[in-house]
Amino acid sequence: MTLLSARGLSLRFGAIPALVDVDVDLWQGEVLAIVGESGSGKTTLLNVLSGRVTPDAGHVFYRDPHGLEHDVHAMPSPALRTLHRSDWGFVHQDPRQNLRMNVSAGGNVGERLMARGARHYGNIRAEAIDWLTQVEIDASRVDDLPRTFSGGMLQRLQIARTLVTHPRLVFMDEPTGGLDVSVQARLLDLIRTLVARLGIAAVLVTHDIAVARLLAHRIAVMQRGRIVETGLTDQVLDDPQHAYTQLLVSSVLQA
Amino acid sequence: MTLMLRTEGLAKTFTLHLRGGMMLPVLSGIDLEVHAGECVVLSGPSGAGKSTLMRSLYGNYRAEAGRILVRHGGEMVDIASAEPRIVLAVRRETLGYVSQFLRVVPRVSTLDIVADELITRGRDPAAAAVLLSRLNIPRRLHDIPPATFSGGEQQRVNLARGFIAGHPILLLDEPTASLDAENRAVVVEMIREAKQRGTAIVAICHDAEVRDAIADRLFPLTPAREAA
Ligand SMILES: Nc1ncnc2c1ncn2[C@@H]1O[C@H](COP(=O)(O)OP(=O)(O)OP(=O)(O)O)[C@@H](O)[C@H]1O
Ligand SMILES: Nc1ncnc2c1ncn2[C@@H]1O[C@H](COP(=O)(O)OP(=O)(O)OP(=O)(O)O)[C@@H](O)[C@H]1O
Ligand SMILES: [Mg+2]
Ligand SMILES: [Mg+2]
Repeated sequence: MTLLSARGLSLRFGAIPALVDVDVDLWQGEVLAIVGESGSGKTTLLNVLSGRVTPDAGHVFYRDPHGLEHDVHAMPSPALRTLHRSDWGFVHQDPRQNLRMNVSAGGNVGERLMARGARHYGNIRAEAIDWLTQVEIDASRVDDLPRTFSGGMLQRLQIARTLVTHPRLVFMDEPTGGLDVSVQARLLDLIRTLVARLGIAAVLVTHDIAVARLLAHRIAVMQRGRIVETGLTDQVLDDPQHAYTQLLVSSVLQA
Repeated sequence: MTLMLRTEGLAKTFTLHLRGGMMLPVLSGIDLEVHAGECVVLSGPSGAGKSTLMRSLYGNYRAEAGRILVRHGGEMVDIASAEPRIVLAVRRETLGYVSQFLRVVPRVSTLDIVADELITRGRDPAAAAVLLSRLNIPRRLHDIPPATFSGGEQQRVNLARGFIAGHPILLLDEPTASLDAENRAVVVEMIREAKQRGTAIVAICHDAEVRDAIADRLFPLTPAREAA
């Protein structure tokens, strides 16, 4: 059964068709990459799937751990907020959008646990330190403020903050954008390992085909608000069918 | 003998949209059958479509017409029409593929590349080091990512990864192409052992000596006429 399923999503910004009749299905433990050129509607799709932006038409359904299906855009906002705090996670391209910059690294991770009801300070701190170590941040930095961290460390801190509550579904928008290549490789490695080990389903927006090949089971190619091709990642990249996908694949060196 | 893999009327034409929609017919009317314990070698000149056929069997290329039936957990699954997650399950349990060139995740050590195949299937990873050593990858290289390895070393890592899980069906694209005589002999022996275990094998192999040693049967492919 699908975890997340969207039907007929459309959204216009004035004359711009940001989403045109988009369907998406995501299964438990599956990583779906959304690729496409700048302005093709990737971030808009992610925002609509996660209930952050309301579409002009169409529905998004999420199946909770009890098997109940929720119409994401018809949910009362407190229920949607709870979903974002518990079952879901969101990784932004700019970690500052997710982190609290005036709260310590450990606090940023522990806060998510507290929001979910954890109360025992010692346990929360221990789990925060455990997660900092998992994302390769030295435990001695637990009381430091995020503004003393590098870009790559901030991104890893955001990932720890997002995954500490063991979400079933994570939305990621260009999680390695804006980082230099060696930092990127390390971060991708980390995301790949954690997502596989925790069996997390993810929708990953990226303009980088190599990132999609590394992380995703399935890929959807967007052009001007439409999904023009979708399928098994290696099949879409090695044997692209649509003219736009062929162009996209041919313009990268070696993915 | 159990039928493990069968194609029915398999066809493949590439449409090159960046070349004005040029059509490149490569395969048509392919009916291939492979049974358990048998090794079928795809033969034919360069460009005949051997690798294209093999990639289609793996679901890496999309079949244009026909069916690709694979025995997966007691039933025949059509790779040509199965959903991506089914194809991935078939690859995990049933269908192994050793491509001509190693493609790996950066930063992952040689040993982990092979051991992961066992760990993700809930099995003891110890066999990974043993198989690498059998393929003459010395222990001191096990902790290093294979990016800096020689062509032959990379191919042997690729073979270790492909053979370690013991898939019931194996697809091998030029498994010995860049290997010396000693390592070729190891690979021939590994293929023999796999056949004895009942593995169905499809191979591409230009080396006549290796081909004679492993093939039960040839499956000839002829180049399709190039149409405009
Ligand atoms: N709030 C908004 N108001 C007006 N137009 C918007 C808004 N959000 C997005 N758009 C427009 O919708 C289109 C799709 O934008 P979106 O951000 O989804 O693109 P993207 O595929 O994520 O691009 P990029 O790779 O550059 O991040 C663009 O033309 C954009 O200018
Ligand atoms: N992804 C692709 N896109 C377009 N054309 C392709 C693609 N893959 C293969 N072809 C074409 O299909 C034809 C058959 O190629 P293939 O690699 O299957 O040949 P082969 O029999 O394996 O040859 P060799 O013995 O040289 O390896 C060639 O003309 C090749 O250019
Ligand atoms: Mg965007
Ligand atoms: Mg070939």
